[in-house]
Amino acid sequence: MMAFFKLLARNRLALLGLIVIGIVVLLAVITPLLPLADPDVTDTPNRFKPPFSSGAILGTDHLGRDLLSRLMWGTRLSLAMGFAAAVIAAALGSAIGIIAGYFGGRTDNLIMRGVDMLMAFPYILLALAIVAALGPGLMNALIAVAAVNVPFFARNIRGITVGIAHKEFVDAARLAGMRDRQIIVSEVLPNVAPVIVIAMSTTVGWMILETAGLSFLGLGSQPPQADLGSMLGEARAALITNPHTSVVPGAMILIIVMGINLLGDGIRDALDPRLKSGALSRPMAATQVDRKDPVPAATNSLLDIAALRTEFRVRGRVYKAVGGVDLHVEKGECLGIIGESGSGKSATALSVMGLVASPPGVITHGAVHFDGADLIGAPYKILRSLRGRRVAYIFQDPLATLHPLYRVGDQLIEAIQAHEQVSKPAARARAIDLLKSVRIPNAENRIDSFPYEMSGGMRQRVGIAMALANGPDVIIADEPTTALDVTVQAQILSVLSDLRRDRGLAIIFITHDFGVVGQLCDRVAVMYAGRIVEEGPTDAVLSAPQHPYTSRLIDCVPTLGGGQRKLAAIPGRPPMVDRLPEGCAFADRCDKARDACRAGDIALVATDAGRKTRCLFPENMERARA
Amino acid sequence: MTGYILKRLVSAIPVLLGISVIVFLIMALIPGDPATAILGSYATPENVEKLNRDLGLDQGLVARYFIWLGNMLQGDFGRSFALNRPVIDEVLDRFGATLILAGTSFVLCSILGIAAGVVSAARQYGFADKAITFVVLLGISIPSFFLGMMMILIFAVKLRWFPVSGMWPIYGDRNFLVLLDHLAMPALALAVVATGVVARLARSAMLEVLRQDFIRTARAKGVRERRVIWRHALRAAMVSIIPVLGIQAGFVLSGAVYIEMVFQWPGVGRMLVDAILKRDILLVQGGVVFIAACYVMFNILVDVAQALLDPRIKT
Ligand code: SF4
Repeated sequence: MMAFFKLLARNRLALLGLIVIGIVVLLAVITPLLPLADPDVTDTPNRFKPPFSSGAILGTDHLGRDLLSRLMWGTRLSLAMGFAAAVIAAALGSAIGIIAGYFGGRTDNLIMRGVDMLMAFPYILLALAIVAALGPGLMNALIAVAAVNVPFFARNIRGITVGIAHKEFVDAARLAGMRDRQIIVSEVLPNVAPVIVIAMSTTVGWMILETAGLSFLGLGSQPPQADLGSMLGEARAALITNPHTSVVPGAMILIIVMGINLLGDGIRDALDPRLKSGALSRPMAATQVDRKDPVPAATNSLLDIAALRTEFRVRGRVYKAVGGVDLHVEKGECLGIIGESGSGKSATALSVMGLVASPPGVITHGAVHFDGADLIGAPYKILRSLRGRRVAYIFQDPLATLHPLYRVGDQLIEAIQAHEQVSKPAARARAIDLLKSVRIPNAENRIDSFPYEMSGGMRQRVGIAMALANGPDVIIADEPTTALDVTVQAQILSVLSDLRRDRGLAIIFITHDFGVVGQLCDRVAVMYAGRIVEEGPTDAVLSAPQHPYTSRLIDCVPTLGGGQRKLAAIPGRPPMVDRLPEGCAFADRCDKARDACRAGDIALVATDAGRKTRCLFPENMERARA
Repeated sequence: MTGYILKRLVSAIPVLLGISVIVFLIMALIPGDPATAILGSYATPENVEKLNRDLGLDQGLVARYFIWLGNMLQGDFGRSFALNRPVIDEVLDRFGATLILAGTSFVLCSILGIAAGVVSAARQYGFADKAITFVVLLGISIPSFFLGMMMILIFAVKLRWFPVSGMWPIYGDRNFLVLLDHLAMPALALAVVATGVVARLARSAMLEVLRQDFIRTARAKGVRERRVIWRHALRAAMVSIIPVLGIQAGFVLSGAVYIEMVFQWPGVGRMLVDAILKRDILLVQGGVVFIAACYVMFNILVDVAQALLDPRIKT
C-alpha cells in the first residue's frame, strides 16, 4: 500500500490531479460558509455584467445572478451528483457482480445475459430512456446515470469474484459451516473492495460529465437550482452576446473532469505491474549505441565481432548481457555458439544487426565489422539495407516470429521486395522457388497458407526460406530447432547443412545443444555469463573440452536431440549478470575452483591450435599436448 | 463468410428482443395511468380509449409487450400525439441527419484516433508522444457540448470560417459543399472524445504489438521502419482496436444528442430531447428502439470486419 502511494506521488501529473480535485472538493464543501451572494436572487437590471465588475468578480448571468456564487453552488451540486451516481452504481453493480460471480452457474448466466443486453445499448440513449420514463428532474437524472453505469461495475466485479470464489480460503470457510452471506461479507468483499474503488475512481469523471450533460439538455436539475450542466444550458442562448456566462461553468467542468482523469490515470499506472517493470516500452528500429571507447580495428574476416558489450538498463539496474565478446566467421563456415539461456548468446547474435530490443538494450563497447565496415552505430539506412540482404536471421518458434495475419507467401514476397524492385508476380515465383529449396512439398499451394495453418517444422522452413530470400552471405540462426521435435529438428539441420554447402553460406548457429553443434558446426564458442569461456574446432572441443563448464555441458548431453532439462543437471545457477562475481564467473559451480580463481579477471588465452580457454586450470591439457 | 454473417445476424435476434424488453420495462416505470401519461394534454376521452385499444393498456404487462412488439414488427411504432404523425415517419425523417453527423464523426475518430495512437506509440516518450497524450487527455475531459459552444464562438463568430449552426442554410443551395461547411464543426466536436479514447487504446495496443517477435522478424528482413509500424504492427493492433471502434460507434450515435442541441442539427437526438420535455412517450420509445437496433446491426458489421481481418477467427 505504501509502495502504491509512493508510486502515485512520483507521478507528478497524478499529484497535480489530486491537488486540483482536492481544492475543488474543499471549496465545494465550505461553500455554505463563504461570504457569497445568494445564488438564486435575480437582479435583472444588473444582468450580464462582465467579469471583474465591482460586486461580481465573475460577472452576472442573464437574470443578474452572481456568477461566482452560482458557480460554487453549481460545482457543489455537480460533484455531489457525480459522486452519488458513482456510489449508487458501484454499490448496485458490485452487488450484482458478486452474486453472479459467487454463485455462478444459472444465476451467473441469467444475470450476465441481462448485463450484456444493457451493454448493447449506447449508454446515453439508455439514460435518456430512463429520464423519459421518470420525467426530467435532478433525482431522476441521477438515477438514470447511476443505472447505465451499473453493468460496467457488474461485469468487472463479477470477473474478480469468480477468481476469488474458487480460492482455498473460501472453500475453507464453506467447510467451516459459514453461510453464503457471511462468506460474501467477510471473505469476498474485502478482496474486491480495492477493485471497486479503482473502478469508481476511473468512472466518477464520466458520471460527472453525464449528469452535467443531462442537466445541459434540460433533463436534470430544474431552475432555479442549478448544477454546472444546467448553468451551461441556460447560458447557451446568450453564447454569442455574453460568452462569459458559458465559459465559466464549462471551464469548471473541464477542470474537474481533467483533474479526476489525471488522478485516475495515475492510480491505474501505479497499479499496473507492467509499467513498473518497464515492459510496456517498445523496441526502437535499431539498438541504441552508447560507445565512448575507441573502436577496434577491422580485420579480414567476413564478419568479425570484437570486444562487444551489450547491456540491458532496467530501472537503474545494469544487466551486462554481453560482456566483451570476440568472434569471427568466414565465408562458408559454420560457427556454433552454445550456452545456457541467459548466457548472452542471443544478445550477441542480435547485436550484430542492431536487433537487440532497445530500450532496454544498449551497445556500449566494441565493434561488429562486416566486410570491413563497422555496423555498431551505423546509420539506420545502412543497417536496414544490410538486414536480410547480406546478413539474415532465423529465429526460434516461428509461430511467434512470423506475422500471424499475413500469408506466408506475402511475407516472403515482402522480404524480396524490401531490397529489390521486383514485380509482385516475379517475386511470387521466386518465393515459390524458395519454399521448394527448403523442401516444402506442394509449395505452389502452401504459399497461400497462414502461419497458423502450418506445422512447426513447415513454419520453420518458411523462416529459413525467408532468410534465404536475398541470397545473404551470413545467416544467424538463433535456436531455430529448439521448439521442434527431434525428427523435424534433424530435417531442418540437414536443410541448413545442404544450403551451406551449395551456396557457401556462413552460418552462426546459436543453441544450447551440443548434439546439434557436433552435427553442423566447424567451430564452436561456449558462452557463460556474457563471455566466451572456450572456443575451438568442434571436434577438438567435443573430444577434449578444456573449460570445466564445457566438459560438464558435454557430459550432460550425450546425443543429438535437445533439452534444457539436461543442462540444468549442472548444480547451481549461472550468476545474475547485474551482479557478476570477481574473477571466474563459473567459480561457484566449479569443483576445481581455488582461491586464485576468484582473485581477478581471467583472460581468454590460446591453448592449442585454434583453441582458447578462459580458465586458470584447464582440463585435458595433457591429452591435447600429447 | 456468408455463413458467418448469417450466423451473426441470427445471433442478433435475441439481443434485439432483449433491447425491446428493456425499453418496454423502462417505459412501464412511468408513474400513473399510462394512457394519460402518454397522451398528456391530448388526453381526451376518445384518445384515451383509442390508445387503450391500440396498445392493450387495459391488459397485463406481458400481453402489452407482445402487442407492442407485434406492432413494431409490422413497422408500426405508434403515433406521436404532439406531432400528430406516425413515430416511424418522424424517426426516419430525422435519422438521416443523425447518420450523416455520427457517421462523419465515426470516420474522423477512427482515422484521427488510430493515427494519433500509432504515432504516439512509435515515438514513445518523445515530444510527439507527450503532446498527443496531453491533447488526448484534454479531449476526453472536455464536455462535447462545451467544446461545441467554444468552437462556435471561435470558428463561427470570431473567425467566420463556418456557419454558426444548422444543417442547411435557410435560403440557398443544398449541395455537398454546403453540407460539408455546416458539418465540419459539429462532426469534429462530436468526434473529439471518441478520438481520445481510440487514441489511448491504439497507443497501448501498438506498444503491446511492437514488442512481439514478428516485429523483430520484419526488422530483421530489412523492411522499412515506416512499413513495420503502419503495416505489420498496425495490422496486428487492429485486432484489439476494432472492438473499441464498435463501442465508439455507439458513443457518437448517442452522444450526437448534445451536439445536435448545440448546433441545432435536425437529428434524432434533438427530437428525443424535445419529445422527453413534451412527454411524448411513444416518440421516445420508438426513437430509442430504432437507434439501439441500428447500433446492434452496426456491431455485426464490426464483427464481420474483425473476421475479415483476422483469419484465425472461425467463420
Ligand atoms: S578458473 Fe577456476 S573456477 Fe573458473 S572454471 Fe577454471 S578452475 Fe573453475
